[in-house]
Formats: sequence, C-alpha cells, structure tokens
Amino acid sequence: MAPTPCQLCHTARALVKRPKTGQQVCKTCFFEVFETEVHNTIVEGNGIFRRGERVAIGASGGKDSTVLAHVLTMLNHRYDYGLDLFLLSIDEGITGYRDDSLETVKQNQVEYGLPLKILSYNDLYGWTMDRIVEQVGRRNNCTFCGVFRRQALDRGAAQLAVDHIVTGHNADDIAETVLMNIMRGDVARLGRCTAVTTQSEDTIKRSKPFKYAYEKEIVMYAYFKKLTYFSTECIYSPDAYRGHARVFLKDLEAIRPSAIIDIIHSGESFVLDQNTQKGMKAMQTCLRCGYMSSNDLCKACALLQGLESGMDRSALHQKQGGDTAAPSGHRTIPKYERHAHVPVSAEAGGGAEGIDTPLKALAIS
Amino acid sequence: MAQSIASGSSSNGLGYSSKREIATEELVVEKSGGKAGGKGEDELEIRIEFGGGLHLLFSQQPRHTVHLPRHTPSPAASSDPSPEPTASEAADNHPATMRDLIRHMKRTILSEREEMFGEGDGVRPGILVLINDADWELEGELEYELKDRDEVVFISTLHGG
Repeated sequence: MAPTPCQLCHTARALVKRPKTGQQVCKTCFFEVFETEVHNTIVEGNGIFRRGERVAIGASGGKDSTVLAHVLTMLNHRYDYGLDLFLLSIDEGITGYRDDSLETVKQNQVEYGLPLKILSYNDLYGWTMDRIVEQVGRRNNCTFCGVFRRQALDRGAAQLAVDHIVTGHNADDIAETVLMNIMRGDVARLGRCTAVTTQSEDTIKRSKPFKYAYEKEIVMYAYFKKLTYFSTECIYSPDAYRGHARVFLKDLEAIRPSAIIDIIHSGESFVLDQNTQKGMKAMQTCLRCGYMSSNDLCKACALLQGLESGMDRSALHQKQGGDTAAPSGHRTIPKYERHAHVPVSAEAGGGAEGIDTPLKALAIS
Repeated sequence: MAQSIASGSSSNGLGYSSKREIATEELVVEKSGGKAGGKGEDELEIRIEFGGGLHLLFSQQPRHTVHLPRHTPSPAASSDPSPEPTASEAADNHPATMRDLIRHMKRTILSEREEMFGEGDGVRPGILVLINDADWELEGELEYELKDRDEVVFISTLHGG
C-alpha cells in the first residue's frame, strides 16, 4: 500500500487518521491541529481563563493529565495566557497503584517546571483507600474514592490558593458521562456534565480543556511526543457502571467515530426546565466541615462517619438526621476554607463562619 | 502489575517506564519450531511493543519479537467451513497479514484474559494499533500485508486517565 500524503500539508506521509474528521494527517500537522483545537476550546466564547489566574492541573500521572500538563504549559507560553500553573495530585493511598503513578507526576514536575502539591486521603480523612477497602470490601469502594477525591481536589486547590482547577477529562469521558446520566435519569447532572467550565458560588472553578479531544488522539499525542505517563488499572474493583458505558461507547466509535462528539452535542443541547430546576435541592454548606452540600452533612462527612462507626455499606445510605456534630471520638474532616488569591466576592469563605468555633472543639484530628 | 519507575527509566509515551535493560536483554523472543529464536528463510520477524498496560496480558513483557510464516494457508485450506471461492491454486496461500499476526499472538504470547485483547479476528475497540509508527487505520488494518522487521505497537486506552 502506497503511503498516503497528509491531507493538510500534502507533503509528509500521513500517520494518523483523525477520528473526529476522518482526516489523514502527518505527525507535525497532527500536533498542530490537536494543540490548536485545545486552544480553541480554551478561548471560545469568553474563554475559560483570566490573565493572572492561578490554575491547578489535577494530575494523576495517567495519559490525560500528563498530556494536559504538557499542552497547557506549551499553550500558556505560545499564546501568552499569563497563567500561573500548578500540579495538584491526590494520593488515595492505594499501594501498588497510586504510589507508582505519583512518581510519574514527580517526573512531570521536573520536566515542566511546575510546582507540585500532593494531598493524601490519609492526611485529610484519616483513612487510606487500602484501609477503606479492608473495611467496606471491594463493592462500592469507588463511591468513597469518588466523593473523597472531588473534595480533596477542592481542598488542595484552596491550600494552593488557586482560582481554577483544570482536569484531563476528554471527549470520550464526557460522552460516557452523558450516557450514564441518561441511563440513571440524573437530569441535574445531565444538565451540567457537558459544560466546559462549572462554577457555583462557593466552589473553585473547574474546567475541562480536553472536552473535545478524543482519547485516541490524546494517546497518539503522548506516544508521538514520548511523554512519560503511567498506565495501570486501579487494583480495586473498577467503576462497573462507567465500564459498561465505556465499552458501549467504544463499540459505537468503531462503527461511527463521530458518535462521541455527537453524544456530547446532544448533552449540550439538553435544557433543564426552569420549574424542574426550582424543585431541586438548593446547595448549602456542610454544617460539619463547611464544604458545599445539598444536605446538612456533605457526602464525605456522612461516609466518614459511617467508616468511623465501623459501618460498612450502610454508610452509603446514611440518614441525614439533625445531628451534625460528629459522635465523640470520631475523626472529622478539617474545616474547608477558601484562601482566594484574588477576592472572588465579598462572601468568599464567609458562609459557614458562624459554626466554625464550636466545631473546632469537636474535631479530633 | 505496576512497576516502579527506576532511575534509569526513559520516556516512551506508552504508559510504562522502559528501563534500559528491557530494550537490550529482556526482549522476549518467542521460540518457533524448536529453532531457539532463529528465523527461518520462510519466516518474517515482527517486533511487537505494548503500551497502556497491555503488556500485563503478555507475560508482563512490553516488548516481544515473533516469527511468523511468510505465507499462511488461506481459510479454504484450513478447517473453515465457509471458504471464500478459491479458484486458483495460488489462493491456497496468502502473504501473512495483521489478521495472521493477531491470531499468532493469541496462540503464542498472550498469557491471560484474551477478551481484554482480542475481539473476533481483530483487537478490542479501544486498543490503538500502529504499524511502523503509522495508525493502522491508514494501512488497511487486518488486511495489511506484513513485511520482515515490521514494528507493531498496541496501546490500550481502556483505563486510566
């Protein structure tokens, strides 16, 4: 078979078939279009960044966040975004998985010259995933990990005093999430899962610059650029529900590669009815730790209380009673406070101040 | 399982740390026909590398070299009950293709969980294949006719981010 010329430069040999467009491109043109598309996602509309922003890259050591750290560092120079970039990693405490991938993040820290902060579940919650799995078993442990990671990222970001967290979620991830939210009938999440940036008044802004980047291209990019990333399966049970959505999506992609972008587009076109929206629970702050929550206790505090009480799966179905003080002897999560770099608004961090003092006395750790 | 990053590791964009010795000494050469790794005249030498954690299915080795017959009996000559029409004698043998390589890999070097690698004649959706650094979708995928010393890379995208 004769080598196909690149459809963009018409000179070099095509090495990649782009899943989104079917275009056959050479290595140089592939780098160019990949980086330019991420730049376009970043500057589209009002743009996701503000000049002078402190931005934490959620870094796991895996392919997506490694490529994100590389591309964002480069685009920040090329287009002069004026961003202060950081790497933020969460150590879930999974021996033989996260400890190894964190070594990769440390290598990235050196390669890109970005400051790195690692925050561990053990420091924050007093529990590692290894110990949580010992207590609750392999079923459902992903629930703990997911809830704890989301909060840990926000807390790490608050400690770094960053304004913005970016994550490596790619087009495939987002399409999977759209499918999962449809299958679960979760209209609230369906409404917001395709947004490139999400922010509510008391949370740190989060963005997904790889929203339109196909996983195939991210992996190809890492391969052709010879980027150091780490790839192992989590040793605990994978998120089975996401696994099904993923296999289904990959089968769709094999038949019609544009399916991924089409599903994202469907998610974007979804509009939540105003009345339905009003009927949903308003966000408040957790009365125990100050993190945002739709109940008196946030999910992490409820799960932690379950763990501390020696409960297993019942922690997942924790009743939200009026008792917001932790039972005596239980470890609790340190108070969530935002140290905004630039005062975001007058009420920054102020919402839960009233209950700060009494709870400090109760906190053991 | 996971490997630790040794100080002598180098970047390869494949999701594992390639320690120096892997490149030189730990290259797994599959022994074919009792010739202790030697390649016969009628065989192709194909180099295979795994990324994205796929090496876990292949005796934990990211690099392999396999020897494959230059020509493979066509389905008509084998036990396939629904052969393609084979009018001429030449159709009894066809030059080895990616389809033959994958079949050969499953038979010889795949050590566990075949369903994580193969699906039907090919590989599972979500596994990227590069032939001499080109996306195999540009090379005819399963129909690609192998040449001696071709390098084939398989990268799983199925987990980790």
